[in-house]
Amino acid sequence: MGDIWEGLASGFWLVVTLDPDLVAITLMSLRVTVTATLIASCIALPFGAWLAIRRFRHRRLVIAVLNALMGLPPVVVGLIVYLLFSRSGPFGVLGLLFTPTAMIIAQVIIIAPLIASIAHQAMRDLWADYHDLLISMSASKWQRVKTLIWDGRRALLTAALAGFGRAIGEVGAIMIVGGNIDNATRVLTTAIALETGKGDFARALGLGFVLIGLAVTVNIVIHTVGRTEREGKW
Amino acid sequence: MVTPVLPLTMSGAVVKRRSKIVLGPVDLTIGGQGLTIVLGPNGAGKTTLLRALHGLERLAQGDTVWQVPLDQARARQGFVFQSPIMLRRSVLDNLTYPLRLNGMAKPEAAQMARGWAARVGLDRALEQPAPQLSGGEQQKLALARALITAPEIVFLDEPCASLDGRATREIETILLAAHASGTRIVMATHDIGQAKRLATEVVFMMRGAIVENGPAAAFFASPKTPQAAALLRGDIVE
Amino acid sequence: MIRLFTCVLALVASATHAETLRLAVTTSFHNAGLAEILLPAIAEDTAIEVQLLVVGTGQALRLGEAGDVDAILVHARTSEEAFIAAGHGTHRREIMYNDFVLIGPRADPAAIALAPTAGDALARIARTESIFVSRGDDSGTHQMERALWERAQSAPGGDWYRSVGAGMGAALNTAAAMDAYVLSDRASWLNFGNKAGLELLFSGDPVLFNQYAYIPVNPARHPHVKHELAQQLEQWLTGADAAQLINGYTINGTPLFTFNAQTRD
Repeated sequence: MGDIWEGLASGFWLVVTLDPDLVAITLMSLRVTVTATLIASCIALPFGAWLAIRRFRHRRLVIAVLNALMGLPPVVVGLIVYLLFSRSGPFGVLGLLFTPTAMIIAQVIIIAPLIASIAHQAMRDLWADYHDLLISMSASKWQRVKTLIWDGRRALLTAALAGFGRAIGEVGAIMIVGGNIDNATRVLTTAIALETGKGDFARALGLGFVLIGLAVTVNIVIHTVGRTEREGKW
Repeated sequence: MVTPVLPLTMSGAVVKRRSKIVLGPVDLTIGGQGLTIVLGPNGAGKTTLLRALHGLERLAQGDTVWQVPLDQARARQGFVFQSPIMLRRSVLDNLTYPLRLNGMAKPEAAQMARGWAARVGLDRALEQPAPQLSGGEQQKLALARALITAPEIVFLDEPCASLDGRATREIETILLAAHASGTRIVMATHDIGQAKRLATEVVFMMRGAIVENGPAAAFFASPKTPQAAALLRGDIVE
Repeated sequence: MIRLFTCVLALVASATHAETLRLAVTTSFHNAGLAEILLPAIAEDTAIEVQLLVVGTGQALRLGEAGDVDAILVHARTSEEAFIAAGHGTHRREIMYNDFVLIGPRADPAAIALAPTAGDALARIARTESIFVSRGDDSGTHQMERALWERAQSAPGGDWYRSVGAGMGAALNTAAAMDAYVLSDRASWLNFGNKAGLELLFSGDPVLFNQYAYIPVNPARHPHVKHELAQQLEQWLTGADAAQLINGYTINGTPLFTFNAQTRD
């Protein structure tokens, strides 16, 4: 218990004193994860919607693969991205290893299947609901997709937030491809791993509470802006 | 002058589900005028017939012929489902949706939507989310949404099945007004009273087939089949 | 909302323009806290921003091999020499040393505090089958541990030998939780915040000597590495300023490192 109280106190002081390290690390966390979430959403949301509407031969297989990919172990993704972007790897010339860009790439790979899968489920339910009506009104394919995306926007936002939640708390992949370099690629999760390694549990826990607070704040802000939870069913 | 879509002719139409015939073969002509009531017990195929006429069912055999090409005909029909499908939007946006699909400008569409909302008694609920309306309000909204594009023909699948008397009367009033202004109406019901109040023509169905088809007055006065007679007497018909 | 994101991005995208050099160092070096003294001084004197990749020796050597870092600073002589022999690095330059210590439960059931040599201390642990936590990650510390087992003439194994496959801090945390023996570098131990029931029980045997060496990655292998910066850094690390900072670094009054770089002119 003592450690937890110390952690809470430490986290509290880090925040109220606006510890410059903490601010830099937090901004880096946000920069990497927000960018990764935006990119992954741009790929995964339309893909999920498309999967819900289109019928094609290997659709079930694609969905099964997608659901399996949701459980991708981040460490493995990290290792693969590392090997791809290492100077000795195929994309080594880009010099992206140990940069925020490499971390973003790894996170996009980790969260895109999750976002696509949740988006697919939401869109599938909505499409089952709307199908007859939109056919009856002879909406064009494009009009159907637009309608689904607009009316399902809150579900899609939730999908993106799920991706954000997984990415912001992820440590295995970004530790490998980012290298946890102070002032360059250190984010909250890798900093926590570092402090834990040093046995400084209070600071590690303090950073942990900051991370949790950040995740909760982002969710609340997005839900407030999107008014997701306020208007019940729709 | 635009070519009217009606009459509509369905010939030799068969609908199958898992290779079992659920409708047909059906031969039916819907003329340019009137209010047709499709009567029959549950499971008689009323819903499937309406959906097949509207083009929501794939025909295993036979065809449906309108007076204009199919893609044009679809835009000039309306359909009201038994359990209303509400877009997850406001009442106003539900009403403007079909108008906007056809490319009408926003202010114009909103103007029209307000008019229809007033006509069906939803003018005070314009900004409310449609899925939060009561069953009767939802069905009135669905009806207004089907009528707002001034279709030449509207299909209704038991729109009053789960409504109370008051909501049913409101729906019937709107329907009669639409009929009076020239809209062709084809409506399924298993409520004999409603059929008697509204019908100019009756299609009587049993087990996926049309058993009787003719003017309402004749049907109610002297049904040709014993099943129809039993139904009109108030007996249980299966 | 998009505006908010752009704001955040603009805030954090302020890139640094100093010349950066990537140096892979071992966890034990970083945990000692010396880096926090050296890096600002390096930045001031040479305008090089050293980006530290804190990894195990095994991974540090792999990073150098792949050309993902410009230089490495590790402490595992045999591996380092193999690294040079394979042509991955230009040369090996000794910088400083500290020492390894044996940590264990205060009660010291294996009585290693009384052992005459480090090898004998490990032999006692094996004989009493007291729990021993091994890094098990092919790091410099792990390699030192294996060398010591050879001296002890016993092959560790069995229930009491727990290989955790983790960094120094994690291994110390594990040992603290299990009241186990563990081999640690002195710096990591002194800086470690979660000592629980553990104590430093054995140190001082010259075999526990822990030499740190600096190796620039071979630019002939990897033309993109910043070899000139790596040379500048070597110059600084072997110079008088570095000597003063390294020798003067203490934790709780205990000096940790001894500067021993040979000047070459």
